[in-house]
Amino acid sequence: MDFKEWDGFSSGDWKSEINVRDFIQHNYSPYEGDSKFLTKPTEKTQKLWNEVLDLYKKEHDAPGGVLDIDTKTVSTINSHDAGYIDKDLEQIVGLQTDKPLKRAIMPFGGIRIVEKSCEAYGRKVDDEVEKIFHNYRKTHNDGVFDAYTPDIRAARSSHLITGLPDGYGRGRIIGDYRRVALYGVDYLIECKKQDLDILNTDELTENIIREREEINEQIRALDSLKQMAEKYGYDISKPASNSKEAVQWLYFGYLAAIKDQNGAAMSLGRTSTFLDIYFERDLKNGILTEEQAQEIMDHFIMKLRLVRFLRTPEYNELFSGDPVWVTESIGGMGIDGRTLVTKNSYRLLHSLENLGPAPEPNLTVLWSTRLPENFKKYVTGLSIKTSSIQYENDDLMRITLGDDYGIACCVSPMKIGKQMQFFGARANLAKTLLYAINGGRDEKTGKQVTPKYEPITSEYLDYDEVIEKFDTMMDYVAKIYIKALNAIHYMHDKYSYEAIEMALHDKDIIRTMACGIAGLSVVADSLSAIKYAKVKVIRDENNLAIDYQVEGDFPKFGNDDDRVDEIAVNIVKRFLTKLKRHQTYRNSIHTLSILTITSNVVYGKATGNTPDGRRAGAPFGPGANPLHGRDTNGALAVMNSIAKLPFEQAEDGISYTFSITPGTLGKTEDERIQNLVTMLDGYFSQTGHHINVNVFDRKLLEDAMEHPEKYPQLTIRVSGYAVHFTKLTREQQLDVINRTIHEKI
Amino acid sequence: MVLGIRFVLFLQGCHLQCKYCHNRDTWDLNNGIYKSLDEIYEKILKYKNYICPNGGVTVTGGEPLLQIHFLIELFKKLKHNNIHTCIDTSGMISLTDDVKEVLNLTDLVLLDIKHIDNDKCKDLVGIGNKLELDFARYLSNNNIPVWIRQVLVPGYTDNEQDLIKLKNFISSLNNVEKIELLPYHDMGKYKWKKLNLEYPLENVPPASDEDIKRAKKILGI
Repeated sequence: MDFKEWDGFSSGDWKSEINVRDFIQHNYSPYEGDSKFLTKPTEKTQKLWNEVLDLYKKEHDAPGGVLDIDTKTVSTINSHDAGYIDKDLEQIVGLQTDKPLKRAIMPFGGIRIVEKSCEAYGRKVDDEVEKIFHNYRKTHNDGVFDAYTPDIRAARSSHLITGLPDGYGRGRIIGDYRRVALYGVDYLIECKKQDLDILNTDELTENIIREREEINEQIRALDSLKQMAEKYGYDISKPASNSKEAVQWLYFGYLAAIKDQNGAAMSLGRTSTFLDIYFERDLKNGILTEEQAQEIMDHFIMKLRLVRFLRTPEYNELFSGDPVWVTESIGGMGIDGRTLVTKNSYRLLHSLENLGPAPEPNLTVLWSTRLPENFKKYVTGLSIKTSSIQYENDDLMRITLGDDYGIACCVSPMKIGKQMQFFGARANLAKTLLYAINGGRDEKTGKQVTPKYEPITSEYLDYDEVIEKFDTMMDYVAKIYIKALNAIHYMHDKYSYEAIEMALHDKDIIRTMACGIAGLSVVADSLSAIKYAKVKVIRDENNLAIDYQVEGDFPKFGNDDDRVDEIAVNIVKRFLTKLKRHQTYRNSIHTLSILTITSNVVYGKATGNTPDGRRAGAPFGPGANPLHGRDTNGALAVMNSIAKLPFEQAEDGISYTFSITPGTLGKTEDERIQNLVTMLDGYFSQTGHHINVNVFDRKLLEDAMEHPEKYPQLTIRVSGYAVHFTKLTREQQLDVINRTIHEKI
Repeated sequence: MVLGIRFVLFLQGCHLQCKYCHNRDTWDLNNGIYKSLDEIYEKILKYKNYICPNGGVTVTGGEPLLQIHFLIELFKKLKHNNIHTCIDTSGMISLTDDVKEVLNLTDLVLLDIKHIDNDKCKDLVGIGNKLELDFARYLSNNNIPVWIRQVLVPGYTDNEQDLIKLKNFISSLNNVEKIELLPYHDMGKYKWKKLNLEYPLENVPPASDEDIKRAKKILGI
């Protein structure tokens, strides 16, 4: 097969099969130079960005920060007419609805959540839509609750297992949007038809029936994608013929996904180096200047900064600040040893300078100690200036995932177009520990949540007894957890299938069941206190353990002390083993993350006093972080502790959020950059997986709390994503401020 | 020139009595926590990925050269592992063979010249400056890189004539990589109070940016 749009590209397997990686490997130009080639925003860019800033302001001032809602049109790939910010200025077009920042309703996940969201912002869902979704069209949410068993409901309402995607879109699926640009939609449809033919089998088993139905859904979604593009005046049935088209085609693919799904995380993948091939070809052919290339990328980024979903205020408590996780993975090394950094990796990052800092897209640098030094310096310099970048260990992930994976959401790596996950939120292990002590009664309500287990009755906690009971309780939680996730993902596939995203995947893919842990450092410290100090139990009149008195000192997680760090490592390993005992939906592979996003605050709120001395209601450490203020040996000791957590047993990611004052990092800019590069090299060479880097003074945040109007673009990294600081709830802001901001390395 | 990420080791005990000392609690030689050489060395190795190749180990105190035998053994091990070594010292110590041996294993000395004037030095830190000036000359003669530092204390070390004298002394040395003026601050005051001691510089204001600027101009840095 050949297209004239491919003129000038080197051939490879990619011409005879869908194989984007092969195309990249045969055609990309690694770039090891510095950032001097980058250009300033064009006049058009500046004008357009100013219009976006005006829109932001209007949105910020609107009730609940929601500018407008289309309450009538059920969002599908092709549901809305073309929408523009300013048609004459936009190089890249396409909005989720007919107007920028106007949010769409997506009731297939659940109608109640849509109704609640509209009400929260003073609107009401159109009567006809309500009628349809209450009477004729069942949703994911309805399906899940049909299947839920009483023990799942109990675990859920007591916050033992929480944040489950049973009322909202699961997200964390990355379509290979590059395929749209490289092959055009017609060829993608043709390939899907070939897949259908493979499934023309002698027996129609349940699996094959499901797969045939799904592929037909995918083909229809691809048709809709073409029609959507037509509304904007583009025919995307054929491959993109130049760089502007390549960005546009790719963006249309992504746009279709975010019109179809209100997923918790709607990530973009790993696109910048792919696109670089088109930019290089146009630059070489003299039909594009560097200014124009940057302009196209800046306009693309603007679109990604306008992605919005309609969500409830409760959801905002869980994932604060309106994040959508348009995660884009940048850089990394190829398995042949060449860097995957290209000029376009720089252009993408440069948008932070041209348009100012922003939380989206969620810029994720795949760090390798072998990245070009120039690139290392450039990104760390940007981190220091903008606190908008996260880093993940490419040297670690490349071992199992190759060199064409991307990050979904915050820390979840997956092979692009070849792998997806069933997002599983997280189990509250701190609460699990308290249940172990109380025989399954809730420490706050006294209610028997799990079946009755023997509670601990001694005055002082005995380490061996606690471990034994904790182990049993983890068994129980693991069982309920997988049961819940199986129900959720069965129903999500059935009622809210991500047809367009899956259309941009291979036929046979890897599926993971992505479970998670919240409260790891609390549990580790608690067990450490029980082992190395004396912990006295305080019980109420009903013999419910409600508080703990710690006598003596004990090693705390985050200080590079093996005595407690090994406890943390052990918990991770044990919990994964327990999960693996249970069968998963679609035989997905059990994985684990140590990631809380900002929900460490709500989880903490729902959890009583813990044996480490943490008070009831106090936030957990986010992700794998030590509990606030417990890390007293400086930043590197924390890194060493977290790096000990085994990625092999937590392949869905281990999140660390790190904040440091500029003065601590170094006296001059050069020194700060050099030190940050050294820290990242060091952290990742001892197999740390992820790190959010924030560089700021506490005073700045305090001032931003009091005078938000002065800091419209102030961006900070929280667990796994970035956020406009002023969009966080006050509780979240305090959590960030109270967190350790390292003043020593 | 930057020092990168450092593993900083604070050694207990100091024989000077600097009026501006911000770590008053480190004077007493018998007041610290005992750690074995192996314990410390193992701990340093845990940070090898961060302190190599750009950073290293810095020993400070107190006066680290008071624990000379420990330093010799530690630095031998560090140099064996190609780890950069640095000592933060007042240089107020006799140049014994042991001291010379440590200096031989030292990549950089941060030398805090307390005062260029012997009498004023005695008033400020308890002893005159002969030892540290000899120390500085020894470093120069043996080509051991040094950063010269001085704490700028208003009314004590900011006299123009003294600063010129300091400048002249520094220019007589041939191994100086950097000169740093450290502005006096009173953040260590609480430590004196905690020990129920009178703070000797009660009425001395912290050095301002202006003070530093002026002194730097005189020193020509």
